[in-house]
Order: sequence, then structure tokens, then C-alpha cells
Amino acid sequence: MDQITPKAVKEFKIVGTRPLRPDGIDKVTGKAMYGADLYAPNMLYGCLLRINEPHAFIESINISNAEKLPGVKSIITFKDFLKINPDNKNNPILENCIANEKVLYDGHAIAAIAAVDLNTAKKALKLIKVKYKKLPFVINIEEAMKTGAPIVSVGKKNENIPDGYSDNVIQYCSFGNGNLEDGFKTADKLIKRTFKTPSVHQGYIEPHACLASMSNDGKADLWCCTQGHFNVRSICSNIFKMDNSQLKVTASEIGGGFGGKTTVFIEPIALALSQKSGHPVKIVMSREEVFKATGPTVSSLVDVEIGMKKSGKITAAKAIIRYEGGAFPNETYELGAQSAFASYDLDAVKTEAFNVLTNRPTQAAYRAPGAPQSIYAVESVIDELCQHFNLDPLYVRILNAAKKGTKSSYGPTFDDIGLKATLEAAKDHPHYNAPLKENQGRGISCGFWFNFGGNTCVSLNINFDGTVGVVEGNPDIGGSRSSISQMAAEELGISLDKVKTVIADTNSLGHNDVTDGSRVTFSVGLATIKAAKLAKKELCKRAAKLWGIDEDAVIWKEGYAHPAGANAGNQEPLSLEDIAKVSSQTGGPISGHYEVNAEGAGVSFGVHLVDIETDMETGHSKILRYTVFQDAGKAIHPSYVEGQMQGGSVQGIGWALNEEYIYNHDGKLQNPGFLDYRIPVASDLPMIDPVILEIPNPGHPYGVRGVGETSIVPPLAAINNAVSRATGIRFTELPLSPPRVLKAILNKQ
Amino acid sequence: MKKLHVNVSINNDDLEFLCNPEDTLLDVLRNDLNLTGTKEGCSTGDCGACSVILDKKLVCSCLVLAAEVDGSSIDTIEGMAEENKLHVLQEKFLEHAALQCGICTPGILIAAKALLEKNQNPTEKEVRYWLAGNLCRCTGYDKIIRAVLDAAREMRKDHGPNYS
Repeated sequence: MDQITPKAVKEFKIVGTRPLRPDGIDKVTGKAMYGADLYAPNMLYGCLLRINEPHAFIESINISNAEKLPGVKSIITFKDFLKINPDNKNNPILENCIANEKVLYDGHAIAAIAAVDLNTAKKALKLIKVKYKKLPFVINIEEAMKTGAPIVSVGKKNENIPDGYSDNVIQYCSFGNGNLEDGFKTADKLIKRTFKTPSVHQGYIEPHACLASMSNDGKADLWCCTQGHFNVRSICSNIFKMDNSQLKVTASEIGGGFGGKTTVFIEPIALALSQKSGHPVKIVMSREEVFKATGPTVSSLVDVEIGMKKSGKITAAKAIIRYEGGAFPNETYELGAQSAFASYDLDAVKTEAFNVLTNRPTQAAYRAPGAPQSIYAVESVIDELCQHFNLDPLYVRILNAAKKGTKSSYGPTFDDIGLKATLEAAKDHPHYNAPLKENQGRGISCGFWFNFGGNTCVSLNINFDGTVGVVEGNPDIGGSRSSISQMAAEELGISLDKVKTVIADTNSLGHNDVTDGSRVTFSVGLATIKAAKLAKKELCKRAAKLWGIDEDAVIWKEGYAHPAGANAGNQEPLSLEDIAKVSSQTGGPISGHYEVNAEGAGVSFGVHLVDIETDMETGHSKILRYTVFQDAGKAIHPSYVEGQMQGGSVQGIGWALNEEYIYNHDGKLQNPGFLDYRIPVASDLPMIDPVILEIPNPGHPYGVRGVGETSIVPPLAAINNAVSRATGIRFTELPLSPPRVLKAILNKQ
Repeated sequence: MKKLHVNVSINNDDLEFLCNPEDTLLDVLRNDLNLTGTKEGCSTGDCGACSVILDKKLVCSCLVLAAEVDGSSIDTIEGMAEENKLHVLQEKFLEHAALQCGICTPGILIAAKALLEKNQNPTEKEVRYWLAGNLCRCTGYDKIIRAVLDAAREMRKDHGPNYS
């Protein structure tokens, strides 16, 4: 667990230490309240009727028998949402929650029931009579793109789609610069390959859960596990045509999200059932529902062509990216196109990307959405070129690495970035030169993520006893209360135990964007520091008042107000507590509030090294050693930065080695459970060694860069390269599960 | 259908409850006894989030019928800290930052406690295999394994040199 800080930067007292997280005791004793842990008086249990067909036209839904079952209190279908608000007919988020005219994927819901207990609700589901007509379906990218393919949804196609594709190809984009043709001509070797990755699920252990209560005056309370309760409020109040102020959303503790809890699936359903029944309604998804009806990531089909000089210099690079994200439009294809070559300083580069509709569940964001798939393809081709020229793969990456001033392949020019330092740290690490045995291979990959900023506001309140409350609006998904408290304490110059950070409901603070894009420690941290600065200004003003001097003659230093210089007088410094205690007499309570649409998040790079041993008789690949190098800008709580690096890596390992959505010929998902959709377990893995680099982000007062997402990007190619080197076979499709690898080994023999 | 009457000791408290024949122990713990520290991740025995100790055996409470536990003794996460003093495992999980979202944590703590009651000096490999039935999606397990090994070390120290 090394930490590399290349140059002397700001000195910190609390930032960079590893205090116990403030919500920790509740989470190790079972007290913490997650989505399914709240119960309300007179509460009903809700559940959904799902159709196990990939594509079907709904002819009729007869609820009369179900309604008659004692204990059933309300039943809803899409028609109820049209009564609530006619505009709902054009709402793709709602239509993903509950089908309108067509079932668009295996597991799409078409009705929901609330009853006095879950057993009654489930019995009632069986009494709903549904008539539907099966339609031709398509679940594979290549087939979906061909003219003549069954069309998932008509009228979704954008105008800029090139000719020759079916109407399932709905979105297209391209990025790049330079002259590709000239670039490819000057190369000593060109490699072009096509890569495939499967749909994989975020796999959070907590299924979606919510408890909704709507009164007949139209006011509503909603409790749910979400990465962004303000976003839940926006989506739901839009569906119900409510004022934002009338819907209070409270985020429960969240049992994992990884992007998958950035939208809604059951919240509008619970609200509608509550509105119709007059009772609070709780819905908790089953694991099968989570797999079938919440968003996995896109599956991909990517062509990459790269030209390289024998020196290792890349002369030109091109990618054609095709992502399939289920039945509704999404933006992930664009992120894939932008991130593909972001790690490199290239004179000639082009990426094109297509988004394709299929009869699969609608994709949801998954940690660095879109980047792992395209970067997997790029980093695999680079590795093959390195092998071709017998060049050191880290040397080649250092030679071509993006740096400050590089105009990225997607447009922006990079500021201070840590890629080169990260690559050099990997090169200098003992892991890189450790010996390998037979059937073992070492894989390397770079990874990139943009990092987001976004709408953020924070209130920082100084209590009369000198303690501090920080009020923020982003659910704590992995220890952020701790890092926000640390930044507040650092800025104010007080001890950490004086600060408590809480997550406000939607009526208690202004809008905060979703906990996504690795934005929280950066944006909420930035707003907290700025709010603390405003509070310090006010504290100085109060000290000036107490001392009877001009407020400009007071400065704040290490938790105390001091006279600015000899001319200001020689008063004893006043602590935050001293000033807070008498603030009632100097003008009332003291607080700082800061709101921003934060920019300057600072891109993030990582480099992963992995050693793998492949069993040539079974095709099973075992991870022997794994080291993660990542630029954190400044690690506020290094343990939780390491945690992000380790956790993202292991999700990527699962993606590379085991995980995939498996469909049968009828378009039905075959593995909607943790037994058959196998995420990594403890016995699959070694320790994951994190090496944190700190190249400060100029866009943040303490230099923070988001660290949450980058770590899932490199494992795909790093493992692909390791297995390819271990077996002497170039692989181009994930997962590298034993059957696939064994088949390739047998074919080679 | 008539409900079944069940007597049980949970975290050393004698309790009784009524349940339907099809209710699982997990359903009753959470929905009837307000012991929501035991989590539901899959209801098929694959994730371990609902782990409890039933008559000294580690089980997934989603795979046990509530009616089966009549006369049994059950330990859940709510009983792990004694009189507000955290169990060494709980302390070590906090110290090592062995949780991120925390949803798998109660189940993993219960499972780890069951391990350390059987084996006071487990190897890393033994911890990894024992916890292979408890899924964690956030941490990559690294810090969890370190926390369990450190807790085992600490507990051996507390119990003196003869505790091996």
C-alpha cells in the first residue's frame, strides 16, 4: 500500500490520514438503515408482474380477478400513469419501469399490485390475465444492426445515422483529428482486430427497495436506496406532474450502486400504488428482478486498427465502436468513443460509435460507463503490437502517453495529468520485474476516466458549542462522509471529532447531482471547503466585533481568529469554539453555504499489472498477483481511495474472467442469479495491491481527483493480455471463462 | 391457513413469534422481529448477506424456514457487540476500512465470527475459502481478509498463549 507524492504540495493535518468512518459503527452493528429496512404504519407490500418474453405486443390486461382477492388494495398498469399525466406516454424512464404497448425485454413489468402482505400480493399476481402476441426479437448487436432485423422501437433513429443500417441503430458520433491514411502508411506494422464484451451487471448486493407514501392532497414522501435522490425527485415529480417541493425524497443508506442506482425502476410504481390505495407502499426487488429488469452495462462489438513504428511510436489509430444498451436510447456509446484513445498523444486518430437497440434490459451506468469496453480493445491491440516488435509494453505506453498539453482524441487539451508518472511507477515497481513461470503471463493496461463535477451545494453550520454540522446531498456509497468531514475540519483548523456530516433529504438542501462520475469527493469536497472559507470569514467578522476592530484586521489561522498584525492589536486569539459560544450576542448563528456547478474535475488515469496462470488442461485462469497504480490527485482518506482501486479492479476481474448475461434461443435470460452469474468471491483472488499517486488536480483546492471509476477500466485488457501471453493465443472476446479458453487451447493443439 | 407458534432464543433473549408455514427465518427476523441488521441480497443462499448462527452453525437465514427454528438459539449481528463494546471483528473492520457500502458487512461479520470460533489461527487461504459464500461487490475482499486475520491475531493475544 504505497503512496507516491512526486512534489511537495500543501501540508495537511487531517486530510491524508485514516480516521474511522463516522457511519462505521452503525454499519458493523446492523443499525444502519438501508432501502428495505424501513417499515411504516399501515404499510402495504408491492410487487410487479413481469412478462418472460423478449418482445411482445400487449393485447389486454385483465385485473378483475386479482382485485377481488381479499387483502389486495391497489393494482396499476401503464394506463394509470396516462391518467395521472398524459405526457407519460413519451417517457422512456417510466416505460422501462412498466411497459406501455409492448414488452421490450424478458422481465419487463406490465402491472403492479399492493396488498396487505407479500404472499397476498404474489398470489394476486397470478390472477392477472394477460393476453399478448409474441413479436420477432433481436438481442445481438450484429444482427440488430442489419437491415431487415426485427425493430425494437420505431421512430428512435437520429438523423445522422449513415445508410445501410436497420432502424435499431439510433445514435452515431465520431471524434478525432489528423490524417489517418498518412498515419497508417508510415507504420511498420498495422494490426486490426474485432473485440466483443458481454453485458455484465453492476451486481450491488442490495436489491432496489423503496417505501412511498402519497397523500390525497398530492404531497408525497419517498424513501429509497439511490445514488441520487434529487434525481429521483426530478424524475418522479415529472411523472406525477408534481411540484418538486411536494415530493420529499430521502436517500437510505445504499448497499452498492456502481452506477446502477442512478435512475428509477420501482419508485414511480410504489408512488402510484400508494396514491391509488391511500397506504404507504413498500417494494423490494428480488435478485432475479434485479438481473432481468435493472440495467446491466452495454455489450460491445469494437474494431480497432493501430499502426506502429518499430520504435514503438503509434502513427495512427482508429476504432469503430458498436454498443448495445437494450430497449431505450443512452449516451454510453459516446463515452466509449471519447475514452478509447484518451491515454495517448496521437497525431492521427478517429473513433466512430454506434448505439444499437435490442430486446434486452435497458443499460444503466456501470462504473466508468463505456470506457472499459473500448479501452479493452485498444489496449489489447497495443499489447499485440508490443509483442510483435518485442518491445517493453510499459516503455511503449510511456513513449505514447498523453501529457499536459496533449490535445486529446476527443477534443479537450489536458492540463496536469498523472499518466506518465503512473506508468513510471508501474515500471519501477518490483512486480514488473518479478520472474514468471510456465503457463504464466503478465498483462498491462492503461485506463482512463473523465471524472465529473456538476451541481452541488453544501451548508456548513457552526453550532453554539463550537461543533460543526456539514449538510450535503449525495448518498455515502463508500465512505464519503468521512472525507467530507476531513476536508471541513482541515479547512476550519479544528479536530475531526467536532465535525459531523449528514446527507440531507431533498427538502433540506438545494439540488445535488447524482453520486456518479466519481464526483463526490471532488465536487462536494470543493463546496465544503468553500463553505468553510465563508464560515471562517464570518468567524473573523465576529472576532472583529468582539475586539472592536475592523474585520479586515482579523485573519483565520489553524482554528483561531488572530489579529492580522501588530497594528490590529495584541488580543489573545479566539478559537472557533470561543466565537461560536457567544455568536448569539454578535449577530446570531454562523454558517457557510456554497453552491456551484463544479468544473475542473480533472481526468483520471490508472495502470494495472496482473500476473495470471492459465491451467492448460481446464482453461481456468488464476490471478496470482495484482497491482493497481492510480493518480488520486490528493487522497483525502487513503484507505477509501485504496478501497475504490481494489473494488473496481475486482469488478473488472469478474468482467474479464467470468461474468456475462447468457440468453437462450428464445431471448430469455438464463442466469438471473448469483449462482449462475458468478461475481468474484474471496477465494478467487489474491490481495490487490494499490499504489496511490498524487499529482494534484489544479481544479480542486486540495488537488482532489475522483478515483471511483478508473479502476474498473484496465482489468479487461490487462487480463486479456496476461492470458494471451500465458497461452500464446490472442483472445478477442470476454469473458475468458474456462470453456472459451480451453476451446482456444484445444484448437491450437 | 393457521399460523405456527415458535419459541426461540435470539441473541440470548427468549422470544416467541407466529409465522406462516412458508415464511423463512429471514422474513421473520426482518419483517416481524425488527431485526433488520440481517440483510436480504438474493433469497437463494448465494450471497451470504443473511448469514446468522443457528445452534452454533453458520446458515443463510433465507434458506431456513421460520417454523424450523422452534427451540433453537440464534445469533444475529444485533447481538455481536456486548453491552455497547464492539466485538474485535467489528473493531477491526472499522480500523481496516473493510466496508464500503456496508450491506454485506453484517453477514460477513457473522460468518467470520463462526470461523474464528472454529479456527483461532486461520491462514489467509482458509479465511478466503470460508468467506467464499459471502459476496462483497465493493471492496475486492482485500481489506476484509486483512481485518479478519488481524482480529484473529488480536483474539489470540487476548486469550493468552494457550489459545492457539
